[in-house]
Amino acid sequence: MLKFLLTRVSLVIPTFIGVTLLSFALIRLVPGDPIELLAGERGIDPARHAALRAELGLDKPLLEQYWIYIQKVLQGDLGVSIVTKTPVLDEFLTLFPATIELSLFAITLALLVGLPIGILAAVKRGSWFDYSTMGLSLVGYSMPIFWWALLLILFFSVQLGWTPVSGRISVLYWVEPVTGFMLIDSLLSDEAGAFRSALSHLILPSIALGTIPLAVIARMTRSSMLEVLSEDYIRTARAKGLAPWRVIVIHALRNALIPVITVVGLQVGVLFAGAILTETIFAWPGVGKWLIESVQRRDYPVLQGGVLLVASVVMAVNLIVDLLYGLVNPRIRR
Amino acid sequence: MNNNKLLAGICLAAALGFSAQASAAKTLVYCSEASPEGFNPSLYTSGTTFDASSRTMFDGLVGFERGTTRVVPGLAESWEISDDGKKYTFHLRKGVKFHKTRNFTPSRDFNADDVLYSFNRQWKKDHPDHKLSGGSYEYFNGMDMPKLLKKIYKTDDYTVVFELNQPEAPFIANMAMDFASILSAEYADQMRKAGTPEKIDLEPVGTGPFQLVNYQKDAVIRYQAHPDYWAGKARIDRLIFSITPDAAVRYAKLKAGECHVMPYPNPADLKEMEQDPNIQLLSQEGLNVGYLAWNTTKKPLDNPKVRKALNMAINKDAIIDAIFLGAGVPAKNPIPPTMWSYNDEVKDDPYDPVLSKRLLAQEGYPDGFEIDLWAMPVQRPYNPNARRMAEMMQADLAKVGVKAKIVTYEWGEYLKRSKKGEHMSVLLGWTGDNGDPDNFLYVLLSCAAADGANRARWCHEPFDDLLIKAKRTTDIKERTRLYKQAQVIFKEQAPWFTIAHSKVFMPMSNRVVDYKIDPFGGHVFYGVDLK
Repeated sequence: MLKFLLTRVSLVIPTFIGVTLLSFALIRLVPGDPIELLAGERGIDPARHAALRAELGLDKPLLEQYWIYIQKVLQGDLGVSIVTKTPVLDEFLTLFPATIELSLFAITLALLVGLPIGILAAVKRGSWFDYSTMGLSLVGYSMPIFWWALLLILFFSVQLGWTPVSGRISVLYWVEPVTGFMLIDSLLSDEAGAFRSALSHLILPSIALGTIPLAVIARMTRSSMLEVLSEDYIRTARAKGLAPWRVIVIHALRNALIPVITVVGLQVGVLFAGAILTETIFAWPGVGKWLIESVQRRDYPVLQGGVLLVASVVMAVNLIVDLLYGLVNPRIRR
Repeated sequence: MNNNKLLAGICLAAALGFSAQASAAKTLVYCSEASPEGFNPSLYTSGTTFDASSRTMFDGLVGFERGTTRVVPGLAESWEISDDGKKYTFHLRKGVKFHKTRNFTPSRDFNADDVLYSFNRQWKKDHPDHKLSGGSYEYFNGMDMPKLLKKIYKTDDYTVVFELNQPEAPFIANMAMDFASILSAEYADQMRKAGTPEKIDLEPVGTGPFQLVNYQKDAVIRYQAHPDYWAGKARIDRLIFSITPDAAVRYAKLKAGECHVMPYPNPADLKEMEQDPNIQLLSQEGLNVGYLAWNTTKKPLDNPKVRKALNMAINKDAIIDAIFLGAGVPAKNPIPPTMWSYNDEVKDDPYDPVLSKRLLAQEGYPDGFEIDLWAMPVQRPYNPNARRMAEMMQADLAKVGVKAKIVTYEWGEYLKRSKKGEHMSVLLGWTGDNGDPDNFLYVLLSCAAADGANRARWCHEPFDDLLIKAKRTTDIKERTRLYKQAQVIFKEQAPWFTIAHSKVFMPMSNRVVDYKIDPFGGHVFYGVDLK
């Protein structure tokens, strides 16, 4: 187990170098100059432009810039945003809990709905339920998040008035950020109704963000279940006269879940990618929207630091999933 | 038991009474488009930041009358300009209170020290706070203040003198701009002594109509009315910016009653908004101009007659119908019609491809020639769809034999390369900063800007002389005469094909009373009420 652990952890180092190099190089390969963008149509005096470039360290050769950047990163300094002039790490820490909260809700929703659908579809293979849910999940999987989210807003918020349009909590409440997780903070605050408001604000974005993972989980569970259900030991269990639900839940599901766990782990990356769109539409103050803006503004430190931090989180989650997987399935450890 | 019930009833009644009182406070929710870059307007350049800082929390020595470009007294009650136009003496208003916040209780009223602090911090490199919060003052530099300013000093606590190196008539309008907002010197001192000097920019204290309560990045900014505001307390008690980046979602929030006012609607939604009985749609011509600049240093565009002929080849009305969807008015001058000194007597070049072709032939181009036509990659208030516009122009030019190749770059690159003059013709535009014609004509068309913001790279002495003369006199009648004359020369020389001045639309709930569209594109909530 220790060897497995060491091998997996050592893989993180090249990935880390790759991520820093890619995020550093890609944004610089794309044409654009943060100073010109800030100045806009007004433009900026060439001498002032040069002075600002020097101040930001952009006048140095690229390799040297990268070297300085890596040195700083290793000391825990991710730099300061060119636009807002606040430290990248501070901005990330304020915004990241919102992304986690949304992602957790979305993945929980996907699991709660996706798993039972997948199981039922497998058990009732070939029935109208199987065809309709699998057809729907294909639609869910291929739906553009942007369009789907707007549709949800127009129907549930504008037409029916059931859910709020956007944001994390009604703007009339002020909840002092303690943990950064709105649900917890709203419970801790003495504002009556804040928790309910925070919960209602989570519904639509969770659905929008959770739809693709839900579809993937449902389809994955179904196919994995089908495979397991045709195994000899299931036939044996049935032949023994075990109750049908027991065969499905205890004998089949446990084994069918192994590939599903991997998929769920991989969905974390997908969730972060989806969060970029979902957060923009639902005005959700998370890191996705922050990263998109940094690309538009060529805010190099934010983009580099943000990508690195998000990548670290995705790597960490996948590492944990791998370790869990190894724990669950002894064959992997070898 | 009964007693308990009674007690519970009393508590409930008290609670209801309290909440009724709390909800009686008038709260206006504005669905803003993005987070501000920060809260010190002198450090940043975006309109979003100004909306959240200078236009809510700060005042300048002078300001703009709400909804107009007229300069009116602000923290200075009056001012005098010396005969040579180089000395401005401001007489400050007495009894002006700064905001009282969690960190700061002002011990004195606003005075000359605050003015000196606000300008010296931006101007003097050795000022203790010059380098604070990144310390780049792009507007102060962009308006050429370091070159212009000679000395700033106070003669007493309520009199401040600005001495200039040369006469500059637009100076007074510059003083009404966002970067010239007045910060509290006392607060800065206290924060510096406490070892947290950056707080002055993060937790701002101003004299403006609203004061900051709290801010959560990308989510919400909360303000409350400044109870002692010198011009009278705001009519709303609380102001909330609910940050909503997507225009379709802003509109959904407006419809669902989650906000009262929204900026930057999608042009495609305007029709529906007009018909909605719960929404009022205000509109006004913006202080902007969209243009196609001919690079006058490249052949054959160095010939004014060729430029004039090209201007006649493009169908302006068709462009305005198709691109602005009616939300624009044709432009004939480089300054918008709402600006003083606009010369309405100038006649626009007619759309006449036949005449255009004949003129080109006369100049030696019977078969036309080839040019490039740069189209911006972004949507701007003065140009909602540059790519489509370029295609329409390309088709029009082809009719007179001119082959235009459409070129585009990433926005920052586009600005940089066009400033260097790599183009033959380039689509761009401008939104005014201070309502002074100088801010359009000198910035965009003077010889001094010919290797910068003057994308036509046009340097025409008779025109330039008029602009410089107009800068040197403070007599508004004389300046009007000079600018009107300059517009005539501009039309004859045709360095630009002037396209349009776009309209600004502001959809808002019917409950909003007395909102006035800001010609500078800002969003101002002082004076606005809710019914």
